[in-house]
Order: sequence, then structure tokens, then C-alpha cells
Amino acid sequence: MARITLDHLAHAYRPDPRSAEDYALKEINHVWSQGGAYALLGPSGCGKTTLLNIISGLVHPTRGRVLFDDVDVTDLSTEARNIAQVFQFPVVYDTMTVRENLAFPLKNRNVPRDRTARRVEEIAGLLDLTRVLDRKASNLTADMKQKISLGRGLVRPDVAAILFDEPLTVIDPHLKWQLRSTLKEIHRALDITMIYVTHDQTEALTFADKVVVMHDGAVVQTGTPEELFERPAHTFVGHFIGSPGMNILPCRVEGATAFIDSSAISLQRAYRTLSGGERIELGIRPEFVRLQPKGEGLPVQVRRIDDIGRARIARVEMGGRPLAASVPDGISIEGNEASLVLDPNHVHIYANGHLVAGEAAGGQAA
Amino acid sequence: MTKTVNNRAWFFVLPVFAIVAFSAILPLMTVVNYSVQDTFGNNQFFWNGIGWFQDLLDPSSQLGERFFDSLWRTLLFSAIILMIEVPLGIAVALAMPREGWTVALCLVLMALPLLIPWNVVGTIWQVFARGDIGLLGWVVNRLGIDYNYTGDPLDAWITIIVMDVWHWTSLVALLCYAGLKSIPDAYYQAARIDGASRWAVFRTIQLPKMRRVLLIAVLLRFMDSFMIYTEPFVLTGGGPGNATTFLSIDLVKLALGQFDLGKAAAMSLVYNLIILAICWVFYTIMTNVDAQRGRVEA
Repeated sequence: MARITLDHLAHAYRPDPRSAEDYALKEINHVWSQGGAYALLGPSGCGKTTLLNIISGLVHPTRGRVLFDDVDVTDLSTEARNIAQVFQFPVVYDTMTVRENLAFPLKNRNVPRDRTARRVEEIAGLLDLTRVLDRKASNLTADMKQKISLGRGLVRPDVAAILFDEPLTVIDPHLKWQLRSTLKEIHRALDITMIYVTHDQTEALTFADKVVVMHDGAVVQTGTPEELFERPAHTFVGHFIGSPGMNILPCRVEGATAFIDSSAISLQRAYRTLSGGERIELGIRPEFVRLQPKGEGLPVQVRRIDDIGRARIARVEMGGRPLAASVPDGISIEGNEASLVLDPNHVHIYANGHLVAGEAAGGQAA
Repeated sequence: MTKTVNNRAWFFVLPVFAIVAFSAILPLMTVVNYSVQDTFGNNQFFWNGIGWFQDLLDPSSQLGERFFDSLWRTLLFSAIILMIEVPLGIAVALAMPREGWTVALCLVLMALPLLIPWNVVGTIWQVFARGDIGLLGWVVNRLGIDYNYTGDPLDAWITIIVMDVWHWTSLVALLCYAGLKSIPDAYYQAARIDGASRWAVFRTIQLPKMRRVLLIAVLLRFMDSFMIYTEPFVLTGGGPGNATTFLSIDLVKLALGQFDLGKAAAMSLVYNLIILAICWVFYTIMTNVDAQRGRVEA
């Protein structure tokens, strides 16, 4: 059990990194609190597996420290760290039975036989593996094998955290939900810190209390699923999370008014500090953009309307730029011409990709 | 696994049958024909029934004694070769680098002995091990060890075994290396996390993953060493005395040296049957291993 602190951590696979591009993992300061369920979300190649391997000790960081509670473990070997890791592809020891597989980490640590046996039974019960305990591990299905890998981590009573490296990649879709809820149950039952690496936003948002979004070797936002949805700190987060992702439009901002091409949009907050040199963008999620018949609002061309079950999403174009908008129930559009209405509470302004806070616009003239 | 039966498939197999008939079955039948006859030259043959086979399998007869002596020699040789080359090959494979430019270098160096023609291997070692001009023989003698592979049976055996180890261990090593390379990194990482010792990693990950290629390596090395001819023929010619006369060398002596075609034919048939029998045992073991896996998975 431990709190894990990453202190000025950075890693490059090249031996002599010079520029920021050489770093697979740019400087990170982060605290994973004890007992939390975290997801590390990002596209392939963004450095999330590197980060995971640094925490587990498989990779030694170029710079910075890893602390478990207040102990510096940066130079400790993997075995000495009390970390368990579940890999993308299930790892089981082929020649052993499930029982022997689960007992293996304890056997290597010279735990007495009777204690090992009891602990194995306990964990097998938790993971619903009791009835296959005496079967050869090599003959089981992928989800069973993945449970065994997890079990080998859980079986150690001293384990500080369990790291998951895209553990559901090779699992059949209908078993993914099941295995994920097993993970949630175990997290609740055992109070273990879990860090779950994935590039799948659904997995991340349903598993984790807190999601850490990574992009290009750096953490761009840490927050609850709601925060990531409501207030994306970076255009990447807005675009990556949500289906479809956030609409990002280049714009010009003057005080509390944004101009897209020649259309003016009044904002809730004023942005006086924006200089001309930055790339200014307006972001709004499709959920807060309403399509309506031509009239008030931004004029757009409707390309098509997708019915995605719980809602209808319109794919529209404004000045040649594609946008997504929600279509309220009972609205029908004739022809291609329509208008968009933006919910001003959910309009965000980004400078060079980063969210700009702005200030209360009360009383100021636009 | 279900098999589809399609009678038309036989048409595709027929040409192969025809070729095999000409290249293997007809010559084999000639040998069978010889094995039941005796000849005193001049292409005159006399019916002898199963007489040669009776002699061959009766250790108290002159032919039988000679046959069993060669057979034990060959079996002993194969056993020693396997006991040295398999563990050594595994050890070499484990010691080989897993990445970097040294991999290519190692592979090329190790493949070199495999590329040398067998009679050249024999010649190399015949010169290399000579006491007067050979580097190895000269050095060993200068170290004060009395070593002469043309005079001493033990020295002859040691020389042939060292030669075979030099020639063929890299085959075992390369096969094992291929097996090792197929193990994903995650296995090693998981083993580290599980706190496994180096020995436990070998026992629980590397050896099981190498089992298939090891079976093939053992099979190949057994077959080759059991049929060894060229290298010892060039190196020792079967001597000193009969000390290194393996079955194949004996067979050639009998057939081409003494021109006892009947005896030689009977001997080669039995030799062939022994190899087939051992092949079959290996094949059964290998397919049983697979079948067991298949059954439980199904």
C-alpha cells in the first residue's frame, strides 16, 4: 500500500537526449494517491507504457525520481518494489497449473507452503478461478489467462499498486465488460492503487476515478471523467475524448466576443490578454451545439445526419470547415441550409492548444 | 481437428508417387532382392532365403557379432553426441546476444561449420589433430599428453566426438535461439515482477518454449549421428582396428570392400528399419504432445 509520487520524471530512449523531441516522456510531476483507480489515456506511442514501465522498474528513467510513500525507489529493482503488472498479452507459465501459477510469486519469495495455499484459494475465489485451479494454465481462454496474470499480482499481500498495460486488447468484446467489472470489484474490495493504461476512452472513463490524458510524451490533463468532458484543458483532450470529439474552430477574440469568419459569438467571459501571435481557437462539444432551421445563429450547410441511437448527430460545414452538432428531437431540416446555436456556457477559448481562463465579463462592453 | 476427404486429391499425389517409385522404391527393391541371395561374382546369384537375416541377428555368428559391435558403437556415439550437443547448444543459445549488431556476427560465425562439406570437415580435423603438423595434436602433445588418434582408440573417439560437436552444436544452438527469440519480452518482465530467479526463468519460461525446437534438434542430431559416415571415414577410416567402425562404415566395407552384396543388403535393410523405428518413436512422442494440448483446448 503506498502513495506513488513522480518527481520531475523524464525519460529518453536515446543515451544523450538534447532537445525536447528526444524525450519519449517529457517532464512529469504527479502523485498517485493510495487506493485510487487511475487511467492513463492516450493514443499509441504517447509514452504511457514507458511511464508504466518506469513505475514498475522495468525501465530506469533518464531524469527524476519515483517515490513510494516517502521512499525513493528509482534505483530499486522490479522485484524489490512490490508492484504487480498485467501485460497486454496474457502471460502464464505454460507448464504449470493455475494453482502453481498463482503460487509462483509467493514461492519465489519463500512464503511458507500453508500460507501460500490459503492465499491462492482466497485470490482464486475472488477472481472466480476456483474451478480451474488444477487445470494447465496454457489451455485456458485469453480472459482466464489475463485473470491469472492479475491473480499473480494480487496474491502478494504486500503489493503497493497494480499496473495494467492495455489488459483487454486480446479479450473478446463481450468479456471485456465482465473483466472490467471484476477489476472494479477487486479495486473496491482490496483498496489497492490501480493504474490502467489504455488508448480506449470508454475503458478509461468507465474504469477510473481519475483519468490522466497523455499526448506526445506529456500529461495534458488530469481529472475526473466529468472534468475532461466539461472543461478540456487542451484541444487534444477535447478532440480525443468524446464521440464525436469537440469542435475546434479557428477564431479571433475581442473582449467577450469571438469572431468566426464574419459571424460574432458572444462569450460568457472576457479575454483581454490574447495577443495576435497566438493560434486562437474556439472549442465546443457537439452536445452543446444545437442544429435548427435556417434563421438565428451561425449559417451552415448540412452534409448528413447520423442516428447514433441515443441521439442524432448532424455533420455540417461552416465556411468549408466540418463540424458536428446535435439535432434536438422533433426538429426536421429542409434542404441543406440550417443554423447552429452555441450554448455560451460551454464555449471554451484555446490559445496554442491550451485552455485560456478568461475573466468574468460582467458589465464590460463587447 | 477435422479432416476433409477428397478423392480427387489422389491425382495430385500420383506424380510424386511415380518419382518416388523410381528414386526410392525400385532401388530399395533391388536391395531386398540382394538380401535373400548370395553371389560369388560374375553376376551369378544363388537363393539364400532369410539366411543372412538369421546370421545378422544372431550375435554368436560371425556376421551377427560384427553387426552388433558396430550397432553398439553407433548407439554409444549418438548418445554421447546428444548428451554433449543438446545442453551445450542450449547454453550457447542462452548466451547469445538478443539484439544489436553482434547478433548477425554470432549467427554468421555459428553457421560457418554447418556450411562446410562433410568430407572437408573430416580433412580439416585429420590435419588439425595430427601430432606432427596439426596445430591441435602438436599443442596437446607439447602439453605432455600422449595423444595419437591414429593409434589409440580412445583418442580416436575423442577426436571424432570433438569434431562432431564442433560441426553440429551450432545447429542445436541456432534452433534453440529461434525458440528463445519467439518468447515475448512480457514473459521476462512478468517473471521479474514475480521475483523469479534466473534458474526459474529458464525452467518455467525458456525451456517450455524451446521444447518443440528441442525435439526437432534431438531428432535431427540423432538421425545424423546415427548415420554418420563421411567425417570418421576421412578422419580415421574406421580405425584404429575397428574402434570407430560405425554401422555405415561397416556396411560400406562389407558391400564395396568385400563385395558381400547379400550380407550388405540384409544389413542395410535392418539398419534402415532401426532408423525408421526410432523415427516413428520420435514422431509419436511429438504428435502425442501436440494431441494432448489440442484435446484440452478443444
